[in-house]
Amino acid sequence: MSESEYKLRIAKGLIGSGKVSRRDFIHLGLAAGLTVVAADQLFVTAARAEPQQGGFAKLGMAHGATTDSIDPAGYPDTFSQTAFSGAMSNSLTEVDAKGGIQPDLAESFESSNGAKTWVFKLRKGATFHNGKSVTADDVVTSMRYHMGADTKSAAKPLLASVKKIKADGPETVVFTLDSGNADFPYIMSDYHLVIMPSVDGKADWASGARTGAFVLENFQPGVSTKLKRNPNYFKNGKPYLDEVEFVAITDLAARMAALSTGEVDYIGRADLKTLGMLKRNPKIDIIEITGYGHYTLPMNVTMAPFDNPDVRMAMKWAINRQEIADKIFLGHATVANDDPIAPAIKFYKNPEPQHSFDPEKARHYLKKAGLEKLKVDLSVADAAFAGAVDAAALIRETAAQCGIEVNVVREAEDAYWDNVWLKKPWCASYWSGRATADWMFTQAFAAESSWNESFWKNPRFNELLVQARAETDEAKRAAMYAEMQQLTHDDGGTIVLVFNNFVSAKSKKLAHGDVAPNWENDGLKMAERWWTAEA
Amino acid sequence: MRVNPVAKTVLQRLGLGLITLFVVSIIIFSAIAMLPGDFAKATLGQAATPETVAALQHEIGLDRPPIERYFSWIGKMAQGDFGSSFASRTGYRRTVAEIIAPRLYNTMFLAVMTALVAVPLALGLGILAALYRNSWFDRLVNTVTLTTISFPEFFVAYMLAFLIISRDTFAGTDLAQSLPVWLAASIDWTLNVVPKFPTLANISDQTPFWEHVWRAALPSITLTLVIVAHMMRMTRAAIINMLSSPYIDMARLKGMTPMVVVLRHALPNAWAPIVTVVAFNLAYLIVGVVVVEVVFVYPGVGQLMVDAVKSRDVPVVQACALVFAATYILLNLIADIISIATNPRLLHPR
Repeated sequence: MSESEYKLRIAKGLIGSGKVSRRDFIHLGLAAGLTVVAADQLFVTAARAEPQQGGFAKLGMAHGATTDSIDPAGYPDTFSQTAFSGAMSNSLTEVDAKGGIQPDLAESFESSNGAKTWVFKLRKGATFHNGKSVTADDVVTSMRYHMGADTKSAAKPLLASVKKIKADGPETVVFTLDSGNADFPYIMSDYHLVIMPSVDGKADWASGARTGAFVLENFQPGVSTKLKRNPNYFKNGKPYLDEVEFVAITDLAARMAALSTGEVDYIGRADLKTLGMLKRNPKIDIIEITGYGHYTLPMNVTMAPFDNPDVRMAMKWAINRQEIADKIFLGHATVANDDPIAPAIKFYKNPEPQHSFDPEKARHYLKKAGLEKLKVDLSVADAAFAGAVDAAALIRETAAQCGIEVNVVREAEDAYWDNVWLKKPWCASYWSGRATADWMFTQAFAAESSWNESFWKNPRFNELLVQARAETDEAKRAAMYAEMQQLTHDDGGTIVLVFNNFVSAKSKKLAHGDVAPNWENDGLKMAERWWTAEA
Repeated sequence: MRVNPVAKTVLQRLGLGLITLFVVSIIIFSAIAMLPGDFAKATLGQAATPETVAALQHEIGLDRPPIERYFSWIGKMAQGDFGSSFASRTGYRRTVAEIIAPRLYNTMFLAVMTALVAVPLALGLGILAALYRNSWFDRLVNTVTLTTISFPEFFVAYMLAFLIISRDTFAGTDLAQSLPVWLAASIDWTLNVVPKFPTLANISDQTPFWEHVWRAALPSITLTLVIVAHMMRMTRAAIINMLSSPYIDMARLKGMTPMVVVLRHALPNAWAPIVTVVAFNLAYLIVGVVVVEVVFVYPGVGQLMVDAVKSRDVPVVQACALVFAATYILLNLIADIISIATNPRLLHPR
């Protein structure tokens, strides 16, 4: 690419945001060897990247089951999350494409009392699909739906630290927490914590009336969901699409075929093995985002031999992460460093040194632990993550070169999370990741968390966790999180193998801005954020 | 008192059928009870905490002992109430009947649509193959149908889907580039002669009739390819078997044409084995099409049952299993009735 061609490419990007005039652009085009007409055409095409109203999109989701419901206590997978939470509903806040926190149904939020008290002001004029305006009472009831002894919500642990919620007038909600949490607005962006109308003091989820960009038109569990544009949506100009349909296509090959033949305009979780075929198709774009999700191998540090930190260290050096990323995930994964915080997250700091495959170091730590040879069981099933069994086979080979005999135990996929995870000394696990360091650490590493998958209880780590959560000084917080990441890297029981990329594909008929990394499908909000490129 | 043999068979079989259904329900219930995990744990997945699991189990009644749950279920069942899916919540009831009904309709739709094409096709091919046995036609039909039945159904399904995709993409592939232009062009032309059947057969209750037919085309073609061979070979074998009997020689000696011999003399006596095989294949069209449903994303009962087993939604699994069992029993019963009705010796026993 010559310099002028490169400039032209940059300029094309700028047109969409209105930063380059048609005249300047044509000058650049001429310099790059285009004719005036061609450059003009190019300008028009690029300028069209501006969102436009109207159109219909059919979106193929990788999940969907007949047991799905619009009850926000559930939302087990991307079908319900993207359709019912992302498209139909709003939480108080949302995560933007850069991983920052933005107000959503809230207009603003602020903390006081060492981040123990959080005040959320609601947007004026926001209404539910049934016409009722959104009040602070609705927010309080919606939150209480996920709290208390008899809730069936998967989001219950998220709100465990909330001591009191109170409506202060019709537009203000005050949360009082057990201890300070500077990242509390991030928690409020969770896809379960959508705002529902309060009817007789109870959250009314069954009517389907929410606040979001789309209104529920038709829902056939396990098959499809049709939504139409909410004309009274509180965000100016949004959504762009008139109608969206989410289709459950759980079969990988069926999904690829549906996009290839133009039956759907988008598919989540494209097949990595046949991605080349999609790339050849001139009507299709591939979208690849490094998200927060990661694949882990938690070692139970309360059980021998993993109760010895040197054994854990030996294991960490006995795994060839690069090979796993290349061979199992075909390059669609980013090598991790036993630190569960993704590079895109605030306060990320890569701990030193990078753990890689080094038989000498592994043997060194094994010797330090007073062992010459080691035999361990690794319990895996593809229910943990697709490729877990193959990854375990690679680990067996590399560990053998370090004097560690890994016996790969293939577990049943059914009820894997029930019978293997948190039960076997060493197993495979998956985290979709969380938007903040605190959130991730609190759920999967804090001593008292029921999901502390390695049962790791490092006193210094837990002390820092509480301190950092309430600390409002950014620099001090950064230092604390850096130390915590170093601790999980050096002493922790969780081997973080790789961060997985979200690989999806879309037809060129659909267009979008920057894609958010916090969840799949543009942070679950693709229906609200995307538009049709053709009129 | 002489009882009509048809009525006797029907009554006997229906009685036995009820007992079979009862046994099936016990087997299914205990099989699911033995699987690890339950609905609450399956739904909450990795996010399950002991408290939320307990709360959900209590709401759907999973905290009661299994035997009690089974009897309360069968008690309602006897009164025609299929119960509610575990996906129901307070104030949001999802009855099993309303979940299964549209799926069953879709499955029946696909089965009938396929049967309307496959059964006449198989019988016709079988009769022709018997008539012109050992000719090139017979060999061709046998080779083709045996080939399609030998491939697993998902392979046939994926190949058909691939064919449809290739309509658009063949010209851009390396294979097309490496072939001589005339060959690549004619392959491309041939591919484009094939109608562009939808690879995604997801239909809803609002889909109009003809669009339903259109969307279900690929699943139906796949199933036809899979079942034709069996029925066609049985028709051929049964007729050829008859053709060696003395009464057929008699018919020939009377100077009848081979077609009349086969249709008027051989076929009526060959119905029994043919009908049994046809019934067997029709039952397969209803109970065994899970794979084809998944590949083409066709919302039928098979997919529903797999979903329900995955999430341990016992009432739905039970209902699906009973529907499947009843289908088998009824279709076999119909096959037997036809066998009796077409055989005077069975119809008028001495």
